[in-house]
Amino acid sequence: MAKLRIRKSNHAMNRSLGGDIGINAVLLIMGAFMFLPMLYTILQSLKPLDELWMYPPRFFVRNPTLGNFKTLFNLMSTSWVPFSRYIFNTAFVSVLGTFGNVMLSSMAAYSIAKMKFPGKNFLFQVVVYSLMFHSTVTAITNFYTMSMLRLVDTYWARIIPACATSMGLYLMKQFMDTSVPTTVLESARLDGASEIRVFWQIAMPMVKPAWLTLIVFCFKDLWNAGSSIYIYSEQFKSFNYAIQQIVTGGISRQGAGAASTVIMMMVPILVFVFTQSNIIETMSTSGMKD
Amino acid sequence: MSQKTETANRPVSRKDMTKWQWTLKEMKNNKAGYFMLAPFYIIFFVFTILPVILSIFFSITDFNMLETPNIVWFDNYIRLFLDDDIFMLAIKNTLVFATITGPGSYLLSLIMAWFINELPPKIRALMTLIFYAPSISGNVYLVWTYIFSADAHGFINGTLMDLGLLTTPIAFLKDPDYIMPIVIIVALWTSLGTSFLTFIAGFQVVDRSLYEAAAVDGVKNRWQELWYITLPYMRPQMLFGAVMAITQSFGFGAVITGLVGYPSPDYCAHTIMHHLDDYGGSRFEMGYASTIAVVLFFMMIGSNMLVRKILGKVGK
Repeated sequence: MAKLRIRKSNHAMNRSLGGDIGINAVLLIMGAFMFLPMLYTILQSLKPLDELWMYPPRFFVRNPTLGNFKTLFNLMSTSWVPFSRYIFNTAFVSVLGTFGNVMLSSMAAYSIAKMKFPGKNFLFQVVVYSLMFHSTVTAITNFYTMSMLRLVDTYWARIIPACATSMGLYLMKQFMDTSVPTTVLESARLDGASEIRVFWQIAMPMVKPAWLTLIVFCFKDLWNAGSSIYIYSEQFKSFNYAIQQIVTGGISRQGAGAASTVIMMMVPILVFVFTQSNIIETMSTSGMKD
Repeated sequence: MSQKTETANRPVSRKDMTKWQWTLKEMKNNKAGYFMLAPFYIIFFVFTILPVILSIFFSITDFNMLETPNIVWFDNYIRLFLDDDIFMLAIKNTLVFATITGPGSYLLSLIMAWFINELPPKIRALMTLIFYAPSISGNVYLVWTYIFSADAHGFINGTLMDLGLLTTPIAFLKDPDYIMPIVIIVALWTSLGTSFLTFIAGFQVVDRSLYEAAAVDGVKNRWQELWYITLPYMRPQMLFGAVMAITQSFGFGAVITGLVGYPSPDYCAHTIMHHLDDYGGSRFEMGYASTIAVVLFFMMIGSNMLVRKILGKVGK
């Protein structure tokens, strides 16, 4: 398996002091640009009402309170569709979509990376080209396809397309290319194991970083999904959509808005913190050939 | 090893068969492979490839989801390019927006990843998190609406007024002069995503001994090291990162709408993505929307091809 090289010292021979200072200065400035708005969101969510409307506005909070979170939960309990329903919708779609994507992508990636048959290079190239266009291009036409398949306004409209992402297949295939040794698979085949068993019992355990990465990428997309043009019934809408509706209900809800953003952003960030090293390992194999 | 088993399994050698016979036989021998990729490729085809084909077909019709479509050939394209002033504005805005955020995000990702790579491992992990977090945090970019809020309670207006630099607040997100620069800054802020992680990973796998060899060969400083060794070594990651950055730069419609609303004042931040949403999502003019989608599709593919060519020159 690919092991990451950890650099022991950053004082290599051809590092000038001036360069070190410059690099750290740029990192500090850019780091502040990236981090301060995130911090500001968290601080806003902790500010009591009078501090939110204080003049001049302050960056830091003086009397932190969880009042905004309480307001948010009170607003949630007054919603027309029970709020637990929205949470269930997002959880259901995220879990099923992520699971489906990991299974289908890795199965297809395995056969492309580790088996030989006519057409596999063509099939992979199609996926590589599809990485080049954003899903906004396909969204409108997909509405037509979905309505033909009677998927509009069901959970499946969000789950099924999420099950086969070009990113999923691409990352899985690239990772399997470098970290699953073909000889191991050969010997299992000679022992009479079927392809599906070789895939499931030998290849899959070897590519744990790749499927963890896929879980994170796929989960964060589905978790962050707001309103969808494929869904119009209130009881199928997502948690993110519902929370947006609450907080756009007036200027007095700015604090609750910040609180909801904090809740929404904590989940993907925590997931990333625990999987970072696996993700970096996967991305190191993601390179594309000329 | 494979040579022997192959001849044992196959009584007829390849020479005796036509190309088609050989292909058919290979396909039969590898049924399992096709079964394993079928579920993925069926869904992938229906929801990713078919829409492109359908768009091209719909774009020459007047399809509206209700009536049977008539073929109108190039009427949609003519209307789009000659009669639709807002579309012209959208093309201009999209090009401005994409040519700044695409390369901007790419260079920012690359340079930041390079700098971060010089740090010790623990700090490196923390900095990676800080730079990556805005891109995965859903709609956290809405915090910029507080920062640029149009009244004295907005962070920037309030602070400037308190310092006496400003007497009346500036309506940052309503004034066409400010909107484009602000949405570009916010888009860049959320753009250190997949390509950034790819570069972080790419820098870590460069073979260490190459640097030592290069130092002996007379590479003097870190810039030369980057240009002559690191970048050529991680060209595959750079290509993948470019694809991600370009694709992403055409997908910021939601960020723009979140910041300045839809439609934006004077359509000053109206992009092709918005135009597409307008005709497809609200007016259900499928034929016309498909025409817009086809144009957008070729813009994306075209810019990707162009950038591939340019990146082929790195380190040469």
